[in-house]
Amino acid sequence: MDDSRPLFIQIAERIENDIVDGVLEEHAQIPSTNELAAFYRINPATALKGVNQLVETGIVAKRRGIGMFVTDGARAQLIERRQADFADRYIRPLIIEAEKLGIGPDQLAALVRSERIES
Amino acid sequence: MTDTVVRASGLSKRYGSFTAVDAVDFSLEDGRIYGLLGRNGAGKTTIMQLLTGQIFRSGGQLEVFGHEPAEHADVLRRLCFIAESQRYPDDFTPADALTAAPWFYENWDAGFAQRLVADFRLPLKRRIKKLSRGQLSAVGVIVGLASRAPLTFFDEPYLGLDAVARQIFYDRLLADYAEHPRTIVLSTHLIDEVANLLEHVILIDHGRILLDRDADEVRGSAATVAGPAAAVEEFVADRPVIGRQSLGGLASVTIDGALDRDDRFAAAELGLEIAPVSLQQLIVHLTGHDLTGPTAEEEAA
Repeated sequence: MDDSRPLFIQIAERIENDIVDGVLEEHAQIPSTNELAAFYRINPATALKGVNQLVETGIVAKRRGIGMFVTDGARAQLIERRQADFADRYIRPLIIEAEKLGIGPDQLAALVRSERIES
Repeated sequence: MTDTVVRASGLSKRYGSFTAVDAVDFSLEDGRIYGLLGRNGAGKTTIMQLLTGQIFRSGGQLEVFGHEPAEHADVLRRLCFIAESQRYPDDFTPADALTAAPWFYENWDAGFAQRLVADFRLPLKRRIKKLSRGQLSAVGVIVGLASRAPLTFFDEPYLGLDAVARQIFYDRLLADYAEHPRTIVLSTHLIDEVANLLEHVILIDHGRILLDRDADEVRGSAATVAGPAAAVEEFVADRPVIGRQSLGGLASVTIDGALDRDDRFAAAELGLEIAPVSLQQLIVHLTGHDLTGPTAEEEAA
Protein backbone atom coordinates (compact mmCIF):
# COMPACT_ATOMS: atom_id res chain seq x y z
CA MET A 1 0.00 0.00 0.00
CA ASP A 2 1.39 3.40 -0.85
CA ASP A 3 0.25 6.86 0.10
CA SER A 4 -0.02 8.38 -3.33
CA ARG A 5 -3.36 6.89 -4.37
CA PRO A 6 -6.66 5.98 -2.74
CA LEU A 7 -6.46 2.63 -0.96
CA PHE A 8 -9.59 1.25 -2.59
CA ILE A 9 -7.97 1.62 -6.02
CA GLN A 10 -4.91 -0.22 -4.77
CA ILE A 11 -7.09 -3.04 -3.42
CA ALA A 12 -8.85 -3.35 -6.79
CA GLU A 13 -5.48 -3.41 -8.56
CA ARG A 14 -4.11 -6.16 -6.32
CA ILE A 15 -7.10 -8.36 -7.10
CA GLU A 16 -6.74 -7.51 -10.80
CA ASN A 17 -3.05 -8.51 -10.59
CA ASP A 18 -4.01 -11.85 -9.11
CA ILE A 19 -6.43 -12.39 -11.98
CA VAL A 20 -3.87 -11.43 -14.65
CA ASP A 21 -1.24 -13.67 -12.99
CA GLY A 22 -3.71 -16.54 -12.86
CA VAL A 23 -3.63 -16.76 -9.05
CA LEU A 24 -7.35 -16.08 -9.16
CA GLU A 25 -8.88 -18.00 -12.05
CA GLU A 26 -12.10 -17.16 -13.81
CA HIS A 27 -15.13 -18.35 -11.79
CA ALA A 28 -12.95 -18.38 -8.65
CA GLN A 29 -14.30 -16.74 -5.53
CA ILE A 30 -12.38 -13.68 -4.40
CA PRO A 31 -11.72 -13.05 -0.68
CA SER A 32 -14.53 -11.40 1.30
CA THR A 33 -14.20 -7.73 2.20
CA ASN A 34 -13.57 -8.67 5.83
CA GLU A 35 -10.78 -11.03 4.77
CA LEU A 36 -9.26 -8.34 2.57
CA ALA A 37 -9.56 -5.80 5.40
CA ALA A 38 -7.85 -8.10 7.89
CA PHE A 39 -5.11 -9.14 5.45
CA TYR A 40 -4.21 -5.64 4.25
CA ARG A 41 -5.04 -4.05 7.63
CA ILE A 42 -7.44 -1.56 6.17
CA ASN A 43 -10.94 -0.39 6.92
CA PRO A 44 -13.57 -2.89 5.66
CA ALA A 45 -15.49 -0.06 3.98
CA THR A 46 -12.37 0.70 1.94
CA ALA A 47 -12.05 -2.96 0.93
CA LEU A 48 -15.72 -2.98 -0.07
CA LYS A 49 -15.20 0.12 -2.20
CA GLY A 50 -12.33 -1.63 -3.99
CA VAL A 51 -14.43 -4.72 -4.67
CA ASN A 52 -17.35 -2.57 -5.83
CA GLN A 53 -15.07 -0.94 -8.37
CA LEU A 54 -14.35 -4.42 -9.78
CA VAL A 55 -18.08 -5.09 -9.94
CA GLU A 56 -18.64 -1.86 -11.87
CA THR A 57 -16.01 -2.76 -14.44
CA GLY A 58 -17.42 -6.29 -14.76
CA ILE A 59 -14.30 -8.04 -13.43
CA VAL A 60 -16.16 -9.74 -10.62
CA ALA A 61 -19.85 -10.43 -10.08
CA LYS A 62 -21.88 -11.07 -6.99
CA ARG A 63 -23.68 -14.33 -6.37
CA ARG A 64 -26.26 -13.53 -3.81
CA GLY A 65 -25.58 -15.06 -0.44
CA ILE A 66 -22.35 -16.71 -1.55
CA GLY A 67 -19.82 -14.06 -2.44
CA MET A 68 -17.95 -12.41 -5.30
CA PHE A 69 -16.63 -14.39 -8.26
CA VAL A 70 -14.29 -13.61 -11.14
CA THR A 71 -16.35 -13.28 -14.32
CA ASP A 72 -15.96 -14.97 -17.69
CA GLY A 73 -13.48 -13.07 -19.80
CA ALA A 74 -12.21 -10.97 -16.88
CA ARG A 75 -8.59 -11.85 -17.57
CA ALA A 76 -8.82 -11.00 -21.27
CA GLN A 77 -10.49 -7.69 -20.42
CA LEU A 78 -7.76 -6.79 -17.92
CA ILE A 79 -4.98 -7.70 -20.32
CA GLU A 80 -6.56 -5.62 -23.06
CA ARG A 81 -6.84 -2.64 -20.73
CA ARG A 82 -3.27 -3.00 -19.54
CA GLN A 83 -1.94 -3.28 -23.08
CA ALA A 84 -3.68 -0.01 -23.91
CA ASP A 85 -2.01 1.53 -20.85
CA PHE A 86 1.39 0.00 -21.46
CA ALA A 87 2.96 2.83 -23.46
CA ASP A 88 1.86 5.51 -21.00
CA ARG A 89 2.82 3.59 -17.91
CA TYR A 90 6.10 2.06 -18.96
CA ILE A 91 7.42 3.30 -22.31
CA ARG A 92 7.04 7.02 -21.73
CA PRO A 93 8.91 7.12 -18.39
CA LEU A 94 11.56 4.86 -19.95
CA ILE A 95 12.09 7.28 -22.84
CA ILE A 96 12.25 10.30 -20.53
CA GLU A 97 15.02 8.62 -18.52
CA ALA A 98 16.79 7.38 -21.68
CA GLU A 99 16.84 10.90 -23.14
CA LYS A 100 18.26 12.22 -19.88
CA LEU A 101 21.11 9.70 -20.17
CA GLY A 102 21.68 10.26 -23.89
CA ILE A 103 20.49 6.80 -24.88
CA GLY A 104 19.06 6.97 -28.39
CA PRO A 105 16.22 4.87 -29.87
CA ASP A 106 18.52 2.28 -31.48
CA GLN A 107 20.57 1.77 -28.36
CA LEU A 108 17.35 1.56 -26.32
CA ALA A 109 15.94 -1.08 -28.68
CA ALA A 110 19.18 -3.03 -28.43
CA LEU A 111 19.02 -2.88 -24.64
CA VAL A 112 15.46 -4.16 -24.63
CA ARG A 113 16.41 -6.99 -26.97
CA SER A 114 19.45 -8.06 -24.94
CA GLU A 115 17.41 -7.98 -21.73
CA ARG A 116 14.89 -10.30 -23.39
CA ILE A 117 17.58 -12.80 -24.40
CA GLU A 118 19.20 -12.91 -20.97
CA SER A 119 15.99 -13.49 -19.04
CA MET B 1 -29.04 4.38 4.64
CA THR B 2 -26.65 5.18 7.45
CA ASP B 3 -27.93 6.74 10.63
CA THR B 4 -26.38 9.78 12.14
CA VAL B 5 -25.11 9.00 15.61
CA VAL B 6 -23.76 12.42 16.53
CA ARG B 7 -24.89 15.79 15.26
CA ALA B 8 -23.03 18.89 16.42
CA SER B 9 -23.69 22.38 15.16
CA GLY B 10 -21.99 25.49 16.44
CA LEU B 11 -20.75 23.36 19.32
CA SER B 12 -18.56 25.43 21.66
CA LYS B 13 -16.78 25.02 24.95
CA ARG B 14 -15.22 27.98 26.73
CA TYR B 15 -13.19 28.00 29.92
CA GLY B 16 -13.22 31.64 31.01
CA SER B 17 -11.63 33.57 28.19
CA PHE B 18 -10.16 30.42 26.62
CA THR B 19 -12.18 28.83 23.83
CA ALA B 20 -11.34 25.12 23.72
CA VAL B 21 -13.93 24.25 21.08
CA ASP B 22 -14.99 27.03 18.75
CA ALA B 23 -18.40 26.60 17.10
CA VAL B 24 -17.70 23.34 15.30
CA ASP B 25 -20.17 21.61 12.96
CA PHE B 26 -19.78 17.92 12.27
CA SER B 27 -21.63 14.64 12.35
CA LEU B 28 -20.68 11.03 12.96
CA GLU B 29 -22.44 8.33 10.97
CA ASP B 30 -23.26 4.90 12.30
CA GLY B 31 -20.80 2.08 11.72
CA ARG B 32 -17.72 4.02 10.74
CA ILE B 33 -14.22 4.36 12.13
CA TYR B 34 -13.26 8.01 12.58
CA GLY B 35 -9.88 9.54 13.21
CA LEU B 36 -10.08 12.61 15.42
CA LEU B 37 -6.70 14.14 14.81
CA GLY B 38 -4.82 17.26 15.78
CA ARG B 39 -2.03 18.57 17.93
CA ASN B 40 -1.99 18.56 21.72
CA GLY B 41 -4.40 21.15 23.04
CA ALA B 42 -6.28 21.34 19.75
CA GLY B 43 -9.57 20.47 21.46
CA LYS B 44 -9.91 16.75 20.65
CA THR B 45 -10.37 15.55 24.21
CA THR B 46 -12.77 18.41 24.98
CA ILE B 47 -14.93 17.38 22.02
CA MET B 48 -14.98 13.78 23.21
CA GLN B 49 -15.85 14.90 26.75
CA LEU B 50 -18.74 16.94 25.35
CA LEU B 51 -19.97 14.00 23.29
CA THR B 52 -19.83 11.63 26.25
CA GLY B 53 -21.64 14.01 28.59
CA GLN B 54 -18.68 14.52 30.93
CA ILE B 55 -18.78 18.29 30.50
CA PHE B 56 -21.46 20.74 29.38
CA ARG B 57 -21.25 22.78 26.23
CA SER B 58 -21.07 26.57 26.37
CA GLY B 59 -22.94 27.01 23.11
CA GLY B 60 -24.37 25.40 20.02
CA GLN B 61 -26.38 22.24 19.55
CA LEU B 62 -25.39 18.64 20.28
CA GLU B 63 -27.30 15.42 19.76
CA VAL B 64 -25.93 11.96 20.50
CA PHE B 65 -28.31 9.16 19.51
CA GLY B 66 -30.91 11.88 19.15
CA HIS B 67 -30.58 13.35 22.63
CA GLU B 68 -28.56 15.68 24.79
CA PRO B 69 -25.90 13.23 26.08
CA ALA B 70 -25.39 14.63 29.58
CA GLU B 71 -29.04 14.23 30.53
CA HIS B 72 -29.93 10.81 29.15
CA ALA B 73 -28.84 7.64 30.93
CA ASP B 74 -29.95 5.52 27.97
CA VAL B 75 -27.60 7.51 25.72
CA LEU B 76 -24.68 7.21 28.15
CA ARG B 77 -25.20 3.43 28.29
CA ARG B 78 -24.39 3.23 24.60
CA LEU B 79 -21.12 5.12 24.93
CA CYS B 80 -17.66 3.98 25.93
CA PHE B 81 -14.85 6.47 26.48
CA ILE B 82 -11.32 5.21 27.05
CA ALA B 83 -9.21 8.10 28.29
CA GLU B 84 -5.49 8.54 27.94
CA SER B 85 -5.03 8.09 31.68
CA GLN B 86 -8.00 6.06 32.79
CA ARG B 87 -8.39 6.08 36.60
CA TYR B 88 -9.49 3.11 38.68
CA PRO B 89 -10.08 2.69 42.41
CA ASP B 90 -6.76 2.20 44.21
CA ASP B 91 -7.14 -1.42 45.25
CA PHE B 92 -8.69 -2.56 41.95
CA THR B 93 -7.11 -5.35 39.91
CA PRO B 94 -7.66 -5.81 36.16
CA ALA B 95 -9.93 -8.73 37.10
CA ASP B 96 -12.09 -6.32 39.14
CA ALA B 97 -12.24 -3.84 36.27
CA LEU B 98 -13.39 -6.57 33.88
CA THR B 99 -15.95 -7.85 36.40
CA ALA B 100 -17.40 -4.35 36.79
CA ALA B 101 -17.45 -3.57 33.07
CA PRO B 102 -20.72 -5.40 32.19
CA TRP B 103 -22.56 -3.16 34.69
CA PHE B 104 -21.81 -0.23 32.39
CA TYR B 105 -21.77 -1.82 28.94
CA GLU B 106 -24.80 -3.81 27.86
CA ASN B 107 -23.01 -5.39 24.89
CA TRP B 108 -20.06 -6.54 27.00
CA ASP B 109 -18.45 -9.75 25.70
CA ALA B 110 -16.63 -11.48 28.57
CA GLY B 111 -15.17 -14.17 26.31
CA PHE B 112 -13.68 -11.56 23.99
CA ALA B 113 -12.24 -9.74 27.02
CA GLN B 114 -10.61 -13.01 28.17
CA ARG B 115 -9.02 -13.55 24.77
CA LEU B 116 -7.71 -9.98 24.78
CA VAL B 117 -6.24 -10.47 28.27
CA ALA B 118 -4.26 -13.41 26.87
CA ASP B 119 -3.27 -11.43 23.74
CA PHE B 120 -1.92 -8.55 25.82
CA ARG B 121 -0.48 -10.85 28.53
CA LEU B 122 -2.22 -8.78 31.16
CA PRO B 123 -1.68 -9.96 34.78
CA LEU B 124 -5.26 -10.11 36.03
CA LYS B 125 -4.57 -10.34 39.76
CA ARG B 126 -1.99 -7.59 40.09
CA ARG B 127 -3.20 -4.34 41.60
CA ILE B 128 -3.77 -1.72 38.95
CA LYS B 129 -1.49 0.83 40.56
CA LYS B 130 1.36 -1.73 40.36
CA LEU B 131 0.88 -2.21 36.61
CA SER B 132 3.32 -0.80 34.09
CA ARG B 133 2.17 2.11 31.95
CA GLY B 134 1.66 -0.26 28.99
CA GLN B 135 -0.31 -2.78 31.07
CA LEU B 136 -2.53 0.03 32.33
CA SER B 137 -3.17 1.08 28.74
CA ALA B 138 -3.98 -2.56 27.90
CA VAL B 139 -6.74 -2.56 30.53
CA GLY B 140 -8.34 0.44 28.80
CA VAL B 141 -7.97 -1.05 25.34
CA ILE B 142 -9.54 -4.34 26.47
CA VAL B 143 -12.47 -2.55 28.12
CA GLY B 144 -12.93 -0.37 25.04
CA LEU B 145 -12.96 -3.31 22.62
CA ALA B 146 -14.98 -5.79 24.70
CA SER B 147 -17.58 -3.13 25.58
CA ARG B 148 -18.77 -3.23 21.96
CA ALA B 149 -20.43 0.07 22.75
CA PRO B 150 -22.33 1.49 19.75
CA LEU B 151 -20.17 4.61 20.06
CA THR B 152 -16.66 3.98 21.37
CA PHE B 153 -13.97 6.60 21.90
CA PHE B 154 -10.29 5.80 22.25
CA ASP B 155 -8.41 8.91 23.36
CA GLU B 156 -4.68 8.24 22.92
CA PRO B 157 -5.32 4.77 24.32
CA TYR B 158 -1.86 3.34 24.09
CA LEU B 159 0.67 5.25 26.10
CA GLY B 160 3.42 2.75 26.94
CA LEU B 161 2.10 0.01 24.64
CA ASP B 162 4.90 -1.40 22.52
CA ALA B 163 4.70 -1.82 18.75
CA VAL B 164 3.59 -5.46 19.03
CA ALA B 165 0.80 -4.62 21.46
CA ARG B 166 -0.37 -1.73 19.29
CA GLN B 167 -0.53 -4.02 16.26
CA ILE B 168 -2.59 -6.49 18.30
CA PHE B 169 -4.93 -3.63 19.19
CA TYR B 170 -5.34 -2.59 15.53
CA ASP B 171 -5.86 -6.17 14.33
CA ARG B 172 -8.41 -7.03 17.01
CA LEU B 173 -10.19 -3.73 16.47
CA LEU B 174 -10.52 -4.35 12.71
CA ALA B 175 -11.59 -7.97 13.10
CA ASP B 176 -14.16 -7.23 15.80
CA TYR B 177 -15.45 -4.15 14.00
CA ALA B 178 -15.98 -6.26 10.87
CA GLU B 179 -18.07 -8.74 12.88
CA HIS B 180 -19.82 -6.13 15.01
CA PRO B 181 -19.93 -2.85 13.11
CA ARG B 182 -20.19 0.20 15.36
CA THR B 183 -18.99 3.78 15.47
CA ILE B 184 -15.44 4.14 16.69
CA VAL B 185 -13.53 7.37 17.23
CA LEU B 186 -9.76 7.06 17.46
CA SER B 187 -7.82 10.03 18.68
CA THR B 188 -4.10 9.55 18.29
CA HIS B 189 -0.76 11.05 17.42
CA LEU B 190 0.41 7.85 15.75
CA ILE B 191 -1.37 8.80 12.57
CA ASP B 192 0.66 6.71 10.15
CA GLU B 193 -0.12 3.61 12.19
CA VAL B 194 -3.88 4.05 12.09
CA ALA B 195 -4.29 5.85 8.75
CA ASN B 196 -5.41 2.71 6.89
CA LEU B 197 -7.96 1.81 9.55
CA LEU B 198 -9.83 5.07 9.25
CA GLU B 199 -12.81 5.63 7.02
CA HIS B 200 -13.12 9.30 7.82
CA VAL B 201 -10.79 11.95 9.20
CA ILE B 202 -11.66 15.01 11.27
CA LEU B 203 -8.71 17.31 11.88
CA ILE B 204 -8.95 19.81 14.74
CA ASP B 205 -6.71 22.81 15.26
CA HIS B 206 -7.22 25.62 17.78
CA GLY B 207 -10.70 24.32 18.57
CA ARG B 208 -11.83 24.42 14.94
CA ILE B 209 -12.23 21.84 12.21
CA LEU B 210 -9.53 22.10 9.55
CA LEU B 211 -10.47 19.00 7.61
CA ASP B 212 -13.56 16.74 7.63
CA ARG B 213 -13.18 14.26 4.80
CA ASP B 214 -13.16 10.59 3.87
CA ALA B 215 -9.71 9.13 4.44
CA ASP B 216 -9.55 7.93 0.85
CA GLU B 217 -10.16 11.47 -0.41
CA VAL B 218 -7.33 12.73 1.76
CA ARG B 219 -4.94 10.08 0.54
CA GLY B 220 -3.14 11.31 -2.54
CA SER B 221 -4.60 14.80 -2.13
CA ALA B 222 -1.13 16.24 -1.63
CA ALA B 223 2.30 15.53 -3.08
CA THR B 224 5.86 16.64 -2.57
CA VAL B 225 7.84 17.78 -5.60
CA ALA B 226 11.62 17.83 -5.30
CA GLY B 227 14.48 18.79 -7.56
CA PRO B 228 16.40 21.84 -8.83
CA ALA B 229 14.78 24.92 -7.23
CA ALA B 230 14.05 26.73 -10.51
CA ALA B 231 12.31 23.68 -12.02
CA VAL B 232 10.35 23.06 -8.83
CA GLU B 233 9.18 26.67 -8.73
CA GLU B 234 8.12 26.48 -12.37
CA PHE B 235 6.12 23.34 -11.69
CA VAL B 236 4.35 24.61 -8.54
CA ALA B 237 3.82 28.17 -9.83
CA ASP B 238 0.03 28.03 -10.00
CA ARG B 239 -0.59 25.37 -7.37
CA PRO B 240 -1.43 25.83 -3.69
CA VAL B 241 1.77 25.33 -1.70
CA ILE B 242 1.45 23.99 1.85
CA GLY B 243 5.10 23.29 2.64
CA ARG B 244 8.48 24.35 1.40
CA GLN B 245 12.05 23.31 2.13
CA SER B 246 15.27 24.12 0.36
CA LEU B 247 18.84 22.92 0.40
CA GLY B 248 21.29 24.90 -1.68
CA GLY B 249 19.94 24.92 -5.23
CA LEU B 250 17.44 22.17 -4.44
CA ALA B 251 13.89 22.63 -3.32
CA SER B 252 11.21 20.35 -1.97
CA VAL B 253 7.71 21.77 -2.11
CA THR B 254 4.51 20.17 -0.89
CA ILE B 255 1.40 21.07 -2.83
CA ASP B 256 -2.26 20.58 -2.02
CA GLY B 257 -4.12 18.88 -4.84
CA ALA B 258 -3.81 15.55 -6.58
CA LEU B 259 -1.46 15.14 -9.54
CA ASP B 260 -2.74 13.39 -12.62
CA ARG B 261 -0.73 11.40 -15.09
CA ASP B 262 0.07 14.39 -17.32
CA ASP B 263 1.32 16.31 -14.27
CA ARG B 264 3.60 13.41 -13.48
CA PHE B 265 5.01 13.30 -16.99
CA ALA B 266 5.54 17.06 -16.92
CA ALA B 267 7.40 16.72 -13.63
CA ALA B 268 9.52 13.87 -14.96
CA GLU B 269 10.43 15.91 -18.03
CA LEU B 270 11.56 18.74 -15.74
CA GLY B 271 13.73 16.23 -13.88
CA LEU B 272 11.61 16.40 -10.73
CA GLU B 273 10.88 13.67 -8.22
CA ILE B 274 7.35 13.31 -6.92
CA ALA B 275 6.78 11.70 -3.55
CA PRO B 276 3.46 10.90 -1.90
CA VAL B 277 2.50 12.70 1.29
CA SER B 278 1.20 10.48 4.06
CA LEU B 279 -1.78 11.52 6.16
CA GLN B 280 0.62 12.23 9.02
CA GLN B 281 2.85 14.44 6.87
CA LEU B 282 -0.18 16.24 5.49
CA ILE B 283 -1.40 16.98 9.00
CA VAL B 284 2.03 18.22 10.03
CA HIS B 285 1.90 20.59 7.05
CA LEU B 286 -1.63 21.74 7.81
CA THR B 287 -1.23 22.26 11.55
CA GLY B 288 2.49 22.93 11.97
CA HIS B 289 4.40 26.16 11.60
CA ASP B 290 5.19 25.16 8.10
CA LEU B 291 6.50 27.77 5.77
CA THR B 292 4.13 28.18 2.89
CA GLY B 293 6.13 31.26 2.12
CA PRO B 294 8.49 33.51 4.03
CA THR B 295 7.20 34.10 7.57
CA ALA B 296 6.42 37.56 8.86
CA GLU B 297 9.71 37.62 10.76
CA GLU B 298 11.65 36.65 7.68
CA GLU B 299 9.89 39.32 5.64
CA ALA B 300 10.81 41.89 8.27
CA ALA B 301 14.45 40.80 8.48
